[in-house]
Amino acid sequence: MELNSKIPDGPLDQKWTKYKGNVRLVNPANKRSIDVIVVGTGLAGASAAASLAEMGYSVKALCFQDSPRRAHSIAAQGGINAAKNYMNDGDSTYRLFYDTIKGGDYRSREANVHRLAEVSANIIDQCVAQGVPFARDYGGLLDNRSFGGTQVSRTFYAKGQTGQQLLLGAYSALSRQIGKGTVEMLNRHEMLDVVIVNGKARGIIARNLVTGELERHSAHAVVLCTGGYGNVFFLSTNAMGSNVTAAWRAHKRGAAFGNPCFTQIHPTCIPVSGDHQSKLTLMSESLRNDGRIWVPKHKEDVEAIRAKRLKPQDIPEERRDYYLERRYPAFGNLVPRDIASRAAKERCDEGFGVNATGEAVYLDFSSAIIRYGKAQANVKGIHNATEQQIIELGTKVVEQKYGNLFQMYEQIVAENPYKTPMMIYPAVHYTMGGLWVDYELMTSVPGLYACGEANFSDHGANRLGASALMQGLADGYFVLPYTIGNYLADEIRTGKISTQSPEFEEAEKNVRKQIDALLNNKGTMPVDHYHKRLGKVMWDKCGMARNEKGLKEAITEIQQIRKEFFENARVPNESEYMNTELAKALRVADFIDLGELMCFDALNRNESCGGHFREEYQTEDGEALRDDEAYKYVAAWEWTGNPSAPKLNKEELVYENIKVQQRSYK
Amino acid sequence: MNLKLKIWRQKSTSDRGAIVDYNVNNVSPVMSFLEMIDVLNEDLVKKGDDPVAFDHDCREGICGMCSMFINGEAHGPNRGVTTCQLHMRSFKDGDTVYVEPWRSEAFPVIKDLMVNRGAFDRIQQAGGFVSVNTSGRTMDANAIPIPKEDADKAFDAATCIGCGACVATCPNGSAMLFVGAKVSQFALLPQGQVERKERVLNMVKQMDEEGFGNCSNIGACEVQCPKNISLEVIARMNREYLTANVKPEN
Repeated sequence: MELNSKIPDGPLDQKWTKYKGNVRLVNPANKRSIDVIVVGTGLAGASAAASLAEMGYSVKALCFQDSPRRAHSIAAQGGINAAKNYMNDGDSTYRLFYDTIKGGDYRSREANVHRLAEVSANIIDQCVAQGVPFARDYGGLLDNRSFGGTQVSRTFYAKGQTGQQLLLGAYSALSRQIGKGTVEMLNRHEMLDVVIVNGKARGIIARNLVTGELERHSAHAVVLCTGGYGNVFFLSTNAMGSNVTAAWRAHKRGAAFGNPCFTQIHPTCIPVSGDHQSKLTLMSESLRNDGRIWVPKHKEDVEAIRAKRLKPQDIPEERRDYYLERRYPAFGNLVPRDIASRAAKERCDEGFGVNATGEAVYLDFSSAIIRYGKAQANVKGIHNATEQQIIELGTKVVEQKYGNLFQMYEQIVAENPYKTPMMIYPAVHYTMGGLWVDYELMTSVPGLYACGEANFSDHGANRLGASALMQGLADGYFVLPYTIGNYLADEIRTGKISTQSPEFEEAEKNVRKQIDALLNNKGTMPVDHYHKRLGKVMWDKCGMARNEKGLKEAITEIQQIRKEFFENARVPNESEYMNTELAKALRVADFIDLGELMCFDALNRNESCGGHFREEYQTEDGEALRDDEAYKYVAAWEWTGNPSAPKLNKEELVYENIKVQQRSYK
Repeated sequence: MNLKLKIWRQKSTSDRGAIVDYNVNNVSPVMSFLEMIDVLNEDLVKKGDDPVAFDHDCREGICGMCSMFINGEAHGPNRGVTTCQLHMRSFKDGDTVYVEPWRSEAFPVIKDLMVNRGAFDRIQQAGGFVSVNTSGRTMDANAIPIPKEDADKAFDAATCIGCGACVATCPNGSAMLFVGAKVSQFALLPQGQVERKERVLNMVKQMDEEGFGNCSNIGACEVQCPKNISLEVIARMNREYLTANVKPEN
């Protein structure tokens, strides 16, 4: 497989401008006769579908949910980065670019990341114009906060519901086009295959999740905006329906899969409470602006807390270990996610975990409440305010900023986080890996694109907070609408694509065969049983820390899970009408294959970088130890027909502008 | 704890449907309501029965997909939360729990507890947007300062998750809390002014065509809204609608 990243020539900061100036265009009359399919309606999908339709293309969009507004971008909490420098704190396009490359531990493409930083400011302008109600200060201007891995405040937010507000903005743009008839929206549809005709993506096979019928949809280009694959771990902060199926089926049709082992374990999630648990809930990184992370310094305090003889608020300052502030004084509680997660794991592995399972640390807001309370008392002219008054005033400020997150926490844990510190632990959150794409966001299959979390391109080995929303909207609003024209300019004479070709026939038959096999599998165990087993193997052996022995075991275990799944999974077969277990089974089958590939990728990468931490490769003080000589490349895996024998292709990463160095946040 | 569940089962939209009894044992208080249903479904699948179909996705109270009518209340007994955020500690051993789908003419049942809320999407398509193309060449985001109070109010209205609890709980099957929330968000922001009149007229027209009832100020929607959207939005929508109708176009 030949991987051409198609990075334009010229100086870094002129590449995108130059590209846009020279890219081929499709005239408005021709656009109307060109069909584009967009799969997924999260930030990337909704913004891409809306933008392409506005431009005049004939668009079909699909989502598996009952409405495009429910895609999991909606759950993003903390914010979206943009190099606006409204705070006058030294931010710039270059700095956002630099922070993102460094945050990704030097495993992402310079040109893509610089473009992302360039368009970031437009995203905010666009969203405000759409009526997205971002947080504002008393002067009526937009407010910002800080996220991990940066020393500026460039994160725009809407309380703890930024993803919701941005998605509803994109959804409104999409709705406008659906209303006009320029987008045909197919809710409750799942893509199960991509159809390749003469080497080009020409359509998809989709399943109507209500009726169970298989449908053929043809197009001149197919855009996958299908999100990440964190649910391979079963427990993650992803939605229950988030899945890898569309991306995986594309992979099986020739799209290379980039860096599958790069997964993000988010440091601040609500800890696991029991075996019945179906998902994990994130507590936004924005909380680390004001929350301080700690565990007790002494084991006797840990034991007293676990035995409920002691409350955390009763442990005096000098007996607390604010381990992030201790280890990383320059960034403190705002180190990047991979570092914060590993540091929490390190403390818990040493026996300092503060709940019964030993897997929790504190996120404490008491200092922030006092700090804000004092400031508010001054603003309100209350001199000699009592401690009680200060706490009340401070609590109000914290509630303003993070109210919905605190409420969520209280619902799940039944403790008041304004009074008792939150308990948190890392959990699977995001996947930096994904379908390999070139500068134009095209996969290794011509005419097949991948945007947002579904592609691998911008975050390297670790994504910085508030950058996922930025990338999703950048891809959908501002990048793909330009780059896709370069391909579609050759399609103006193609005409309508028939769905009656042998290729569509074969693809549908293939899907039908798999469905029939699952329905007629006279097994005994529900699909979730296998998904949970897979998740446990992945978490234990391909999670926050990995090693050669564990990964090799994991591969064997996953092969065993696959065998048992196809022998013994039970899928109700009374009817295909709204058969939720069948939909789940199709997804789990793909997760099993992907899980195995992730282990191969982690095993191949004999270095530690970002979220990929191989225990064999660390510095003396436990930081990730990269091997730039041997692994400064994108691992783009090729499907060979056998999930246990993937083929590795490499795209060397070239750094012309940034000096690759050991990442330090100390 | 052990629970008796009485769940609405309906094979398809045209099926009549009926309440069916189930027992679920060893329910832990830390489980969410949906995780309790997961346990039931796992048992049903093992027995070779059809599991209960229900909508759910994010399971953190924001996607608006879950939609159960529990013991006669939308999203169950707690306030300000969705079904996925309802935990079993709100129930006690031996309780009988009725679980039904949203019931409204405009939300036909697809299967069991799953309904079709496409009507909400169509109302949004009729006017729930600002007509601005995605050029990225709009004016700078800080060009128009917006008073914090207005921005905050617009945000509060915009937190609607479109779950449909307001419709399900309203004796009139009215969608005015939902529509009012969207109308309010844009009416409060400078960006929404240009299409202000057209928007409210088009959205209300579509709402009526979908078969939703009218508001008679009962207020159940506000009580059971998982995002605490205030009845104020209905008052604002009525005002907007009236203004749009009586003021001459120029």
